[in-house]
Order: sequence, then C-alpha cells, then structure tokens
Amino acid sequence: MSSSPTLAAGAEAPVFYDDGHHHPEQGTLLGFWLYLMSDCLIFAVLFGCYAVLGRSYAAGPSGADLFDLPLVAANTAMLLFSSITYGFAMLQMQAGRKNGVLLWLGITGLFGLAFLSLELYEFAHLIHEGAGPQRSAFLSSFFTLVGTHGLHVTFGIIWLVTLMVQVNRGGLILENKRRLVCLSMFWHFLDVVWIGVFTFVYLMGTLP
Amino acid sequence: MSDPHDLSTLIFGRLSLEAIPYHEPILIGTFIMVALGGLTLLALMTRYRVWGPFWRDWITSIDHKKIGIMYIVMGLIMLLRGFADALMMRAQQAMAFGDSAGFLPPHHYDQVFTAHGVIMIFFVAMPLVTGFMNYVVPLQIGARDVAFPFLNNFSFWMTASGGALVMASLFVGEFARTGWLAYPPLSGILASPDVGVDYYIWSLQIAGVGTSLSGINLIATIIKMRAPGMTMMKMPVFTWTALCTNVLIVAAFPILTAVLVLLSLDRYVGTNFFTNDLGGNAMMYVNLIWIWGHPEVYILVLPVFGIFSEVVSTFSSKRLFGYASMVYATVVITILSYLVWLHHFFTMGSGASVNSFFGITTMIISIPTGAKIFNWLFTMYRGRIRFELPMMWTVAFMITFVIGGMTGVLLAVPPADFVLHNSLFLIAHFHNVIIGGVVFGAFAGISYWFPKVFGFKLDPFWGKCSFWFWVIGFYFAFMPLYVLGLMGVTRRMSHFDDPSLQIWFVIAAFGAVLIALGIGSFLIQLLVSYLKREQLRDLTGDPWNARTLEWSTSSPPPDYNFAFTPLVHDNDAWHDMKQRGHQRPTSGFKAIHMPKNTAAGFVISVICAAFGFAMIWHMWLLAGLSFVAMLVAVIVHTFNYKRDFHIPADEVTRTEDARTKALAALA
Amino acid sequence: MSDHRTHVVETNSHLQKRGQGHHDHDDHHGDIAYHASFKGYLVGFLLSVVLTAIPFWLVMAKVLPSSGATAAVILGFAAVQIVVHMVYFLHMNAKVEGGWSMLALIFTAGVVFIMLSGSIWVMYHLNTNMMPMHDMRTAP
Repeated sequence: MSSSPTLAAGAEAPVFYDDGHHHPEQGTLLGFWLYLMSDCLIFAVLFGCYAVLGRSYAAGPSGADLFDLPLVAANTAMLLFSSITYGFAMLQMQAGRKNGVLLWLGITGLFGLAFLSLELYEFAHLIHEGAGPQRSAFLSSFFTLVGTHGLHVTFGIIWLVTLMVQVNRGGLILENKRRLVCLSMFWHFLDVVWIGVFTFVYLMGTLP
Repeated sequence: MSDPHDLSTLIFGRLSLEAIPYHEPILIGTFIMVALGGLTLLALMTRYRVWGPFWRDWITSIDHKKIGIMYIVMGLIMLLRGFADALMMRAQQAMAFGDSAGFLPPHHYDQVFTAHGVIMIFFVAMPLVTGFMNYVVPLQIGARDVAFPFLNNFSFWMTASGGALVMASLFVGEFARTGWLAYPPLSGILASPDVGVDYYIWSLQIAGVGTSLSGINLIATIIKMRAPGMTMMKMPVFTWTALCTNVLIVAAFPILTAVLVLLSLDRYVGTNFFTNDLGGNAMMYVNLIWIWGHPEVYILVLPVFGIFSEVVSTFSSKRLFGYASMVYATVVITILSYLVWLHHFFTMGSGASVNSFFGITTMIISIPTGAKIFNWLFTMYRGRIRFELPMMWTVAFMITFVIGGMTGVLLAVPPADFVLHNSLFLIAHFHNVIIGGVVFGAFAGISYWFPKVFGFKLDPFWGKCSFWFWVIGFYFAFMPLYVLGLMGVTRRMSHFDDPSLQIWFVIAAFGAVLIALGIGSFLIQLLVSYLKREQLRDLTGDPWNARTLEWSTSSPPPDYNFAFTPLVHDNDAWHDMKQRGHQRPTSGFKAIHMPKNTAAGFVISVICAAFGFAMIWHMWLLAGLSFVAMLVAVIVHTFNYKRDFHIPADEVTRTEDARTKALAALA
Repeated sequence: MSDHRTHVVETNSHLQKRGQGHHDHDDHHGDIAYHASFKGYLVGFLLSVVLTAIPFWLVMAKVLPSSGATAAVILGFAAVQIVVHMVYFLHMNAKVEGGWSMLALIFTAGVVFIMLSGSIWVMYHLNTNMMPMHDMRTAP
C-alpha cells in the first residue's frame, strides 16, 4: 500500500522528501507550559505592584492589623492538600483507572472549594471592617493579587468539573489524558504562586 | 415594582442617543462614506453569492495561510484609518497659528492623535507582522500548519474584535484623549470619566488575548514542527526572528494585560493603584507600561529584520553573510530589550544613577542591530544584485532606519533627552524607525511574497510609484520635525503661537500628501495587478529564484502545503535542493491528516466584543450575559473531539498531478 | 486544547484497516510520557509541609529578634519550596520537552527578576525624588 515517492536514480542522491511517515510532534504540553510562563508574568506585575505600593496604608490599616494568620495557614493547607490529591489523580491516570481519577479529582475540587470559601470569608470580613480594596493602595494591591489568584483557582475548578464530565463520558482517551496533564500543571502552578503570596504578602506583611 | 429608570440603566448603562456625534460634521461625513461603502460591499457580496464561500473558506478557516492573509488585509484597512488621522493632524498643525484655530478643536484633536497611535501600533503594525509570520513560518519549516490551528483562528478574530471596538468608538461615543499609552492620572476615572479610555482598555485587552495566544502558537510551531533535518541553526533567518518575536510577545504582553487590568480596577472599582490620593502612584503605571512598551517595538521590528534577510540574500543571489552572528544578534536584542525601558521616561525623575544605567544599556542595544546592517551589506557585496521592488524597499530601509537609529542613540543620552523628551524630535525619531523599518519592511514582504500567496506578481510600475512617493514623502514629512524638535516644539499640540514655525509644518504636510499618493499608488497597484494577473502570472512557484522552502511549493500552495514533508540537509534548504538535483515526487501520494474548519473562534470573539462593548457602556446585564455566554461557548467547544479529517490520497494526487503538468509545460 | 493530530483509538484502528501499519509508531509517539510516582508526591508533600510550617511558626511566634532576619529566612524557605514544587509536583527537569521547558522557565525567571528588581529600584528612586512628604504609614 505505501510506496516511496519517485526519487532520482543513483544511490548517492540525497533524499529530499520524507516517504510519508513523518508526523510533527505534539505541541500541547509545551504550549500550555508557555501559557503558564505568561501567567507567571501577570502575577509578577501584581507582586511588583504589591512590592511598591504595599506599605502605602494611607493612614488606614496595615497587614499586621488585618491578617489572620491561622486562617491563612488553614487556607494554605487546603491548597497543599489539593495539590497532593491531584497528584493521586494523576497516579490513577497512569494506572488507567478512570474511577480512581474521578474520585481524586472530586476530592481535589472540594479542597479547592474550601480554599475559595475561606478566602471569600476573609475578603468579606475585611470589607465589612472598612478595609476594602478602595481604602488604600496597599489594600488595592492586596485584594488584586490575592483575588487574581483566587480567580485562577475558580477557573481551575470550573475546568476540573468540565474535565470530570469529559473523562466520565469519554474515558481516559489520549486527548483527555493530555487535558488532565495540562490541568495538573495549572493546579500545581497555582500552588507555587500561593507560596509567593503567603510568604510575601501575609507573613512579611505581618512583620513590623 | 421595578423602577423603569433602573431597568433602562441595567440594559443600556450609560449608552444613549447622545453617544452618536450628531454635531461633528467630520464624523457624520465619515459615517456616511463608511455606510455607503459598507452597504455597497454587502450588496456586491450578496449579488455574487460569496457569503457561503466567505463563511466556509475564510471566516471559519484554520488554515495558517488564509489567516495570514486576513491579518494583512486587516492591517492594510486599518492603515487607511490611521493615515487619515495623520493627514488630519498634519493639516491642523499646518494651519493653526496665532488667530487661526484650525478645524480640529483640542477635544477632537486629542482623540485623533490617540487613535492614530493606537491604531498604527496595535491594528496595523502588529497584524501585518503577525500576518507575515503566520503565512510564511510553517511553509519555511516544512510544516502543514501551526501547532494549534483552532487557536490561530481564534487569535485572529480576537484581534479583529479589538479593532472593531476601536472603529465603533468613531461613531458611538468617543475615543480616549490621553495619547496611545493612556497615562494616569489623565486616564483615571476623575480626569476621564467618559467612555474613551474604556474603549481603549477593552479593545487592547481583547486584541491582546489574541496576540498572546498567537505568540504561544508560533513558538510551539517553530520548536516542535520543523521538518526532519532542520536543526535550529539550519532554520531560515525569518523563522529565527519570528521565534524571538514570539518569545517577546509571550514575555511582554502579559505585562500590558496586567497593567490595563489595574487601570480598569481604578476606573471601575475605585482602587488606588494610580490615583493621586490614598497611596496611589501614577509613576508605577509609566514604569510598568514601558516594561511592556519597549519589547513591543522590538516585536514590531524583528520580523521585518527577518524579511530583509530573506530579501537581501534572494536578490543578491547569495547566501546570507554571517548567519550565526545574525542569530546571536537577534537573541541578544531579545534579551537586551528588557533592560532599556526607562529611557522612555528619563525626565520623570529617577535620578542620575538610574538614568545612567539605562542610558548605557540603550546605547549597547544598538550594537547588534548595527551588526545586522553590516551583514546585509556584506551579503550584497559581490552579489549579483537584482533591484526588484523588494530590494528597493530594503535599500530604502537600510538608509532610513540607520538615520532613525542614530537619532535614537542621541536620545539615549539622558542630558540630551532632557531637552528632547516629548518634543517633535522624538516623534521624528520613532516614525523614522517604525516607517523606515516596519512599513518599508511590510512593503518589501508584500511585494516579495505576493506571488507565492496569489500566484501572480505585483505590477512593478505602480509599485515603483508607491515606493518613490513613500520614501520621498517620508523625508519631507519627518525631517522638518527633527528641526522643530531641536528648536523646542512639543508634541501633541493642536495650535501654535509662533508663526515662524509654520513653514516647517507646511513642508511636513506636503510630505504627508506624498505619502497619501504612495498609499493610493499601492491600492492602484493591487487593482492593476489583479486585472493584469494573467500577464503577471507565475507558474513556477519560485519567481525570484529564492532559497527557502516556501518557494518549493506551487503558487498558491495547496491546502496541505507539502504532499511529502521535505527533508532538510543544509541552510537555505530549497537552494540546496535545487543545487543538488532534487526530484519532485510525482507519485505515491498518501492521505493527509488535516484540521477541520470551525466557527467557534469567530463566535467566541463576537461574544467577547459584545462583552467589551457592554463593559465600556456600563451595560451590566449584557456584560454578565455575554461573559457567561463566552464561558459556555468555550466549554461547549471543548466537548468537540472530532476536529480533523483526511484529505483523500486521490485528491492529493490530483492536485500534485496538476502541478506536475504545469511545471512540465514550462520546461 | 486543540491539535491537528488527535490519536484517538478510533483513528488508529481506521488507519490499521488501511494497512498503513504505522499506528504503533503513533501510539508510542503520541502517548503522554508521564512519570509520576507515589513516593515522589509524598516526599514533595512532606517537604512542602515542613517548609510552610516553619515560616508560619517563625512569624506567628516572633521567634527571631529582627524583622529583616525573619524576612530573609522565610523568603529563603519560599524559594526552596518553589523548587520542591517544580521538581516533585511539576516534574520539571532539563529533559522535559527537549530542554525547552527548562529554558522557558529560566527565561521567564530572568524577565521576572529584571522586572521586579528594576521596578523596585526605579520606583524607590522616583519616590525619593518625586513623591510628596506625606507619611503613608499606618495611623498611630
């Protein structure tokens, strides 16, 4: 069925055409990684703003006045647990166990929701105290940085639910596995950003 | 129970009939012209029944070639509007001295110069270079399409949506009056409460998404989809510059996105990033926007450097001199472009140590560009030079860009910049490098690749008319601005008191008229070339005896680009193939796996444009609904797993046989 | 996430029917090379817990005398934890995607560093030279 294309006679003639077996490599994982790098830069701008404006309290409350470190520690734990549970989902994917994947994805989603709930509670509390994003440049940069991270987690959860439906319907086909790997990169990346947030914003913001 | 006023506010926001500029004769006139032209176009499209093919073959196309063409068409159309703005400014500045107020009040003039800058950078230059990279790169690396064809379609339509919003601002509401970078506090909610800055923000954010995704797409394409044997150091130079450009895009546009989000938060939510009170710092905006802004100008110029490399080696019939140093120079420029941004605001007050550092880095970055110029000249030396149109544009570029570059090095000296910052000298400098570089490069690229894209060459006579009008017009239009700048004249002024300046502005206006004739000649060139296409026809696929793989295909190339993937052994792969007696395969064709067309990109982009419009006019209901609709559309699209098909082997055989016949007839 | 080479099982068997025979090559080529292990995740997780708990303790219990020292230490811990996440959770190494992932990461890190340090340096100078004398610290 497959024949080589007609080529010049002569064994020394260099081959200039592939005989139809060439397939370009898949670019999705690299492409998604590049997207994450661009997302890194968005966060870098927000961190930069926080670095420059983060002590401009405008005679209002500071981090030391506002931050509830035990709450933040709980939040951090939720996110870290969600990272490991996503890891377990990936192990199930490697083993080809669809139901195992769905289980651990579900648990990851719950941890993510817990994280978001705690964060929304914190925001609501701050706004109620008069320490909303309009109060000062410090609070503007705080809410925007932490809020952007929270928005990413929200979109991650929407994506996670969608993927659970798709894995349930279509099984662990190659395309779904690719998507699971992409979401895994996204999820862990959000945890990396959170390391920066809790260190630079919450912990250092509490220091005198 | 519901208050009718509340309901109408929820639906219409601050949009009302007052948004339509009844009292501005220029705008009403423009609207009538556009409406008549648009209706004529729609009528013709209906008469000739092209809606079906238009939808099937263009709007929903994921073919990088069609998308590349659409980008360039968009860029050229927007050039007409951006240039109309330029003509208006030149006319106003040539007349408005002393008692004469000219015809553009400051309120209107300020929108004109803002729109001019925004359109030229974001909706002319960027689409033109993106269009070239989209069309040419997959062909040059021996690939059949880009890495993410659907995303490519989506990127184009997002850019178009951004452009549509800018065009809408002409007839509904107004545009920003802040200059093309919209510095706060002028662009903040207190100084600019109207919709202008919001049009600016949303059109750039939407177009920015398209650009960023396109950047990711092309990097993945170049890294992953090169033909076997094409190592990085065997890639064509245009592909190298495309790679570096897209790295800059991915590493710079997120910064613009984030900064515009911060500005929007200040305007919509009342945050204090860039306000004058409660801790805000407007200088942080200037700092961040230029961290994006400087790489942006390299995003514009690196692809054209690539075009010139291809053109110089083709029309000197010689391998490009110093390939490795060209590559290193491009990479060095990419990295260094992140280290110079403060030279855009030496005068903002950061002091001597900071200014010196950035002044020195700015001077250093001119060195790799200089190396490129020398390489092009050495390529030409002892070559068999053919002064076809692309080569003429290249020579004009070399002279013009070097002058502009030298004035740039002058501006890089902080004490000099303290005198010249925001003067007409600066305006002359950046137009010198952008027109001399990007515009001349775009015309070189268009005249070089047009035969590949459409199968016939462009008419040389009208091309030469366009060339001479443009080049001479450019010098008349901008050399006076250097003189005026050195005399101390500030930019963005709509009226002057000193009548001794007028002669320079009149000369500049004359230059603008010459450029208008150049653009007119170009449009005539397109029409005449189309009418004379049989005489100008190229059947070989390689009318210039060029050196890179895109010239190994037919003109235009088949949908699948290559029936068999080329195997690459050396730089200038096509030249190598011709030298070593390659034989084009004439049988044994297989079915080819291709992506399907899709409406999803267009649909999502239209919803996004609606979302942008809603946000601008504070139509919260529409904003909420369109946001949800976008999310739903995206999720629905991800449930579509059947995105490809096979071109059957006999169809490939038929296409290739037709080419075999055509080539045989030429022999 | 769209691509033009979906190697779904159905497509492969279709090609197999046509006798092309290269679907095996496709499967191998197109499969996800994912090498996670339970041990890797566990080690990463435990390290992260430790690297998180200690900074929280240092700040909440005011362990070190000076803010500067505390800040330096917790930033150090954050940097290490980021590397732990990269290696154990994101499986980052110099071989992924032919080294391009690592290169992209290094380039991005470089740009981030330039942007942050540059902005802080520039804004510090601008603030010193140009900002009014208001005291923006907290109310007493």
